[in-house]
Amino acid sequence: MADSRLKTTLCGIELDNPVIPTSGTFGYGWEFAELYDINELGTFSFKGTTIEERFGNPTPRIAETTSGIVNSIGLQNPGVDKVISEELPKLKKCFHKKVMANVSGFCLDDYVRAIEKLDKSEMSDMIGWFEVNISCPNISCGGMSIGTDPKASYETIKAVREITKKPIIAKLTPNVTDIVPIAKACEEGGADGISLINCLFGMRIDLRTKKPIIANKVGGYSGPATYPIALRLVYQCYDAVKIPIVGMGGVSSADNVIEMMLAGATAVGVGAMNLVDPMICKKIIEDLPATMDKYGIDNLSDIIGGAH
Amino acid sequence: MTDNIYKILENEKIASKTYRMVLGGDTGGIKNCGQFVNIRLEGFYLRRPISVCDYDEKTLTLIYKTVGNGTEFMSTLPVGSELDILVGLGNGFDVSKSGETPLLVGGGVGLPPMYNLCKKLVEAGKRPTVILGFKTQDEVFYEEEFSALGANVIVVTEDGSKGEKGMVTDVIPSLSYSYFYACGPMAMLKAMAKIMKSEGEYSFEQRMGCGFGACMGCSCKTKNGFKRICREGPVLSSEEIIWEEM
Repeated sequence: MADSRLKTTLCGIELDNPVIPTSGTFGYGWEFAELYDINELGTFSFKGTTIEERFGNPTPRIAETTSGIVNSIGLQNPGVDKVISEELPKLKKCFHKKVMANVSGFCLDDYVRAIEKLDKSEMSDMIGWFEVNISCPNISCGGMSIGTDPKASYETIKAVREITKKPIIAKLTPNVTDIVPIAKACEEGGADGISLINCLFGMRIDLRTKKPIIANKVGGYSGPATYPIALRLVYQCYDAVKIPIVGMGGVSSADNVIEMMLAGATAVGVGAMNLVDPMICKKIIEDLPATMDKYGIDNLSDIIGGAH
Repeated sequence: MTDNIYKILENEKIASKTYRMVLGGDTGGIKNCGQFVNIRLEGFYLRRPISVCDYDEKTLTLIYKTVGNGTEFMSTLPVGSELDILVGLGNGFDVSKSGETPLLVGGGVGLPPMYNLCKKLVEAGKRPTVILGFKTQDEVFYEEEFSALGANVIVVTEDGSKGEKGMVTDVIPSLSYSYFYACGPMAMLKAMAKIMKSEGEYSFEQRMGCGFGACMGCSCKTKNGFKRICREGPVLSSEEIIWEEM
């Protein structure tokens, strides 16, 4: 039974709790259903989906760090058609909430076509929000090259805004000098929300081979060490835009979730930690009521942006 | 896949840089020989994937080599301490395809998963031959254990300090076998692929993020589409592997 104190509303859709496994750390959800009832989640954002099937970058594409992970997956996914025909039907058997559909591309048209297909498919009812990934660090064009430019961000969001009635959430990159103009450009383009942060750029070098561990040399860094950076960016964006924020980046505990909400997040993503502890989101949700009691918080929705 | 807490019952050095860890706990999540476990270690962010050497209802045996900071730390853990481990990961070997006289080839720490496989094959009335390949005699382990199962055992060392001198691929051509199973360094597997005379299965290693299919870090291209080494692998059949992609 969901605890009403944990409820939050993201772009008009009520969530039982603010905890959302982030895209790329939770597959298409059904993989985790063998471990626990994924309906306990607020929702989750499914694996970044592109118009065509992708293998992604060459391996090795994972490197460990002291407090996180560098990845250069490069958006491996089965392509939007198979997501509709295979992945979402599997998810439907174990998940009855609205899912966040993460979509990525290499040009504006890719985003438009992928969202259009999902929106008009027989699985459309399962989708609550579109999370538009304009921040992938692991592809050569599109992705982050859009999300580092206010004008390209505005144009991409505006184009996808026109093709669906569902809420559009723009996923932002931290790899910019100033995130505020990007957040504002997305808001002006018609985004209903923003999510941040995607990975920071990072790398590791193998001391034995004396070469980069990752085949692509650099990748996206995520994990607990990125948390204060993410928190700061969420705090900055909360002052700059009126649309809700999904705060993410290194979140690993109920304490982290509350802190992120105080900074301004309406909902909170949990990413890399799912790869270490597949039960982490369930544990965080279970820990939230006692953590709220500890800090004298009655309802989570009351504390959003409370630190400002 | 299940996530359980295990108690260390034994953690001993059995060869050069090679340790055997016996763990007590629920092994119900393990469904097949050739699967692996993923171990959470205090102070390390990602888990360490280690293949299962042997298991029964209450114990799990792992053999690992100290190759980095994580496994070095593992080797210092005292008996009685506890570990959080995801078990039952990956597909494992297909025992049903073995035929009467399967060949098992283990190179270095690729050898451990061959032990439980060998046990299952012997139990099924098969007559396995096992090749244990090492660089030198200090690294050799489990020769007697494989013999005790009733397998025909051949030890090969690169420097000839124990058993036959050379590579496993120097010994294989003179053998006859119905099917094969192999696990070891990529160079060994690739060399085998050029000379094997039957179908068989290879177990692969790759840098993994999660170990259970979520991050897609360890994917490879096969004739049957993209496969995650951690989920649709680590065992791939010889017919489906595209060696240039491995």
